[in-house]
Amino acid sequence: MKKNHFGNRAFLALIFLFLYAPIFVLIVFSFNATKSRTVWGGFSLQWYGRLFQDSAILSALQTTLLVSVLASLIAMLAGTAAAIGFAAMKRRSRHMLMSINNIPLTNADIVTGVSLSLLFMLAFAVFSTAQSWVNATFGTSLSFHWDKGFGTMLIAHVTFDIPYVILSVMPRLRQLDPHIYEAAQDLGARGFYAFRKVILPDLMPGIVNGVIIAFTMSVDDFVISYFTAGNKVSTLAMEVYSMARRRISPEINAISTLLFVSVLALLVIVNLRQARQDSAARHQKATLTPKQ
Amino acid sequence: MSKELIRLRDLCMAFDDELVLDHLNLYINDKEFLTLLGPSGCGKTTTLRIIGGFTTPMSGDVLFDGVRINDVPPYQRQINTVFQKYALFPNMDVFENVAFGLRMKRIPDPTDSSGKRTVKLQEAEIEKQVLEMLETVSLRGFEHRKPDALSGGQQQRVAIARALVNRPKVLLLDEPLGALDLKLRKDMQIELKKIQQQVGITFVYVTHDQEEALTMSDTIVVMDHGSIQQIGTPEDIYNEPKNAFVADFIGESNIIDGLMVQDRLVKMYGKSFPCVDEGFAPNEPVDVVIRPEDIDIVPVEQGQLAGTVTNVTFKGMQYDIIVDFRGFKWLIQTTDHSPVGAKIGVKIDPDGFHIMKKSEYSGKFGDYSSYSEEYDELSDAEALDEEEDSPEGSGHEE
Repeated sequence: MKKNHFGNRAFLALIFLFLYAPIFVLIVFSFNATKSRTVWGGFSLQWYGRLFQDSAILSALQTTLLVSVLASLIAMLAGTAAAIGFAAMKRRSRHMLMSINNIPLTNADIVTGVSLSLLFMLAFAVFSTAQSWVNATFGTSLSFHWDKGFGTMLIAHVTFDIPYVILSVMPRLRQLDPHIYEAAQDLGARGFYAFRKVILPDLMPGIVNGVIIAFTMSVDDFVISYFTAGNKVSTLAMEVYSMARRRISPEINAISTLLFVSVLALLVIVNLRQARQDSAARHQKATLTPKQ
Repeated sequence: MSKELIRLRDLCMAFDDELVLDHLNLYINDKEFLTLLGPSGCGKTTTLRIIGGFTTPMSGDVLFDGVRINDVPPYQRQINTVFQKYALFPNMDVFENVAFGLRMKRIPDPTDSSGKRTVKLQEAEIEKQVLEMLETVSLRGFEHRKPDALSGGQQQRVAIARALVNRPKVLLLDEPLGALDLKLRKDMQIELKKIQQQVGITFVYVTHDQEEALTMSDTIVVMDHGSIQQIGTPEDIYNEPKNAFVADFIGESNIIDGLMVQDRLVKMYGKSFPCVDEGFAPNEPVDVVIRPEDIDIVPVEQGQLAGTVTNVTFKGMQYDIIVDFRGFKWLIQTTDHSPVGAKIGVKIDPDGFHIMKKSEYSGKFGDYSSYSEEYDELSDAEALDEEEDSPEGSGHEE
């Protein structure tokens, strides 16, 4: 028994070592005073300092934050509305739509990225054909030119963020008494007021979790952004990628460390929130008093 | 008591091509306790939802105080509902749940002489009314509990308070006692009736529990397959069922094929029996209802009919015995014990017979030949609380 126990622990330690040793090394060397990636030259924050003087990185940071915030907020609205719609459907349609919803989660990012990229190209082609037809027919001289950029990347982020919001809102909806909305109406509340007063507060924990996860996914994403952002904008992940190709710089270690830590922090927050909700639910059950 | 408040005229409703209401006509009087009673799928809940405004009928009219309200949304009807699983707002405490309706209520502005402007209720007024209502349902001191920290019976009373505090003209209740255990259900039946008399408004109550319906109602509406089978007082429905369905659904009934020879004389098993019913055509085929408690067991030579006991069950207050009369099995409830296999005679007083015209339900109910199987089903269904009188212990035979 004892030996077996030790074996288990050793195995677990090994798994964690393989999983986290690279990240650990990366974090340690982000504080390295020299440029070497193999020799420790003392503690220093110089690479972090340089990060914040590098205009390319600062602009990438800005793009990342902007696209992540916008995409996760749009996904919040769309995903919550979709989840409510799904919940109101019959079982069969609901199961079918939930399966479709789950496809993007398991789909390879590269496939999603390439296909979105193709879709945008097609849309631009159709648009420009239509524009020249309008110009030829009505003698106008419209010359809008659309290209991949922040907008297309935002659309892409919204599409892969929505499933996460739906997934985290859906369980809350399923727990709701189906008659709650009717009860609010029955007591004199009109449609949206009833929704805001009695449905939304119950969905809120799920919505917030969904938004945080969606935000993390957006910050994290490289492949899909790479295929949909065009060559004028780049996110942090894309910037790191191109830095790694251009030159070998410990700045990469620093920025990767920052990305890792912030994503980790968000995921920890989500998990803590979930744990707290679960224990709150248990606590309420436990304090249920016997009838007088 | 006699003023008409709600009228349902020719209501039809279908879900997925299945007709759930078939040209339903019904009126409900002010201040009455009316129960819609029937098996699941009979259309009773749909009827209630149409009155509440949650479902729009495909055809027909809903009149409230003489005004057509088909298109009036639920939030504008002077009707409140107690939902099946209460539907309390989980994010609000008891006080806020009850105050919900009052917070949206608008009353004429007392400072406005034209009387057109309206204002919201003052917070102090809301508090006063909520606490009064919690007093009525004996929940004072529970104001700041969340619904899931309450027992089923307490949640039930919050739901009632939340609806009644708006002073509706009608309270709709959709199987409100279904989730409670038997003892609490009995207590709440009495309490509900008390509350109804206290507030003096119309209650429309939906249930599949015949005992609940008989206990509380002024009027019972028995429904099946989207149509009304009978409307009447509990006594009417029990004593004068209109057809085999009603006779079987309310209490236990032996229903036997008979022939109405003439007024006050019915023929079955080739023998004539005096009864008290009249108004049938001579020799009209009829369904004869005999309630199990109206049958006296006598020695064979003194009996009007003779049969053999095939099954005996001890039910506490009485024995349920199954007696075979030439292949047709009757249920008899008696305090005397007769062993299985015994030949017994039975005697029925003239007012123990109830004669019904033949209907689509004739021949479908009222034979206890399959009694033992029915028994097992009932025992299985006990968890579902299908029948109040489902057997406690099974098959005590000797």
